[in-house]
Amino acid sequence: MSEAKIASGLSRRMFMTASVSAVAAMPLVNSSKSADQPTSAKPGEPRDLSAVSIRINKQPYNLALDNRTSLLDALRDHVGLTGTKKGCDHGQCGACTVLVDGKRVLSCLSFAVMNQGREITTVEGLVSTEGELHPVQQAFVDHDAFQCGYCTPGQIMSAIGCINEGHAGSEDDIREYMSGNLCRCAAYPNIVAAILQARDEIRRA
Amino acid sequence: MRPFVYERPTSVAAAVATAPDPGAGHIPPTGADTQFIAGGTNLADYMKLGVAQPERLIDLNTLAEPALRQIRIKDDAIRFGALVRMGEAADNSDVRRRCPLLADSLKFAASGQLRNMASLAGNVLQRTRC
Repeated sequence: MSEAKIASGLSRRMFMTASVSAVAAMPLVNSSKSADQPTSAKPGEPRDLSAVSIRINKQPYNLALDNRTSLLDALRDHVGLTGTKKGCDHGQCGACTVLVDGKRVLSCLSFAVMNQGREITTVEGLVSTEGELHPVQQAFVDHDAFQCGYCTPGQIMSAIGCINEGHAGSEDDIREYMSGNLCRCAAYPNIVAAILQARDEIRRA
Repeated sequence: MRPFVYERPTSVAAAVATAPDPGAGHIPPTGADTQFIAGGTNLADYMKLGVAQPERLIDLNTLAEPALRQIRIKDDAIRFGALVRMGEAADNSDVRRRCPLLADSLKFAASGQLRNMASLAGNVLQRTRC
């Protein structure tokens, strides 16, 4: 059933979301009604939602978020930009790397509310208006710098930060300054080659 | 994670005014209900793990005092603002020239992303892990 639906144009994500909802519906019916319901608490109560205005990939967003929401969860679950990946969710793997005001940071360790007024760039924001890949994206394709691809958005955002910071001078430099991005497939040699190519491409531009 | 109130003071004096009375109740600063946050690389992780459970989080990144973000070089001293990020200090050309050991020690700590987030003062005041 699933194969046919996917082939007919339903995205894998839509299918997975629908499946999870169907499975989750049963226990939810029986669970307590009070859980996660918006409360009528006074302003300034811990469970109040905060208004957060941020720019993501040059688009303004006005979000109402629980203070506990990480920037990563805001991007993925509230804005629908699922290119940024959740790996360890504890700042150790680099899969969630995004640029905040041009600097690479870990979106899993940043509360969304602390990014009020900032400019966020995710992997979705890299492609040019003409649909051309960013030099780092193109280099990852050219050098086959991934296997499963799960760490790739984080690798690409981190590589852009690494090049912009001027830390892509040598292979050793790249390995040192990209050490915050883990790749379980161990595509490291290809990632380094891709970053060298992208660095030269960006320097020429 | 425990729900928390989030506040953004705009001056050091306003931030200090939010701090709990140090004499109250013999609670160590790390266990106080009000916690300050700058880079968040440590505290956010502890909050996810339930190790830290503040009910009020004071964001120091909105403090207006420029000195908090400056690295000032003098003849016999370098003065770092409390909110200077580890990465900024490590990449500062004067720091690298005059204190290469300091720059290297920063460079070999954590990762590029964490160094862009973590404040120097937060690093010095980091809760001990052992």
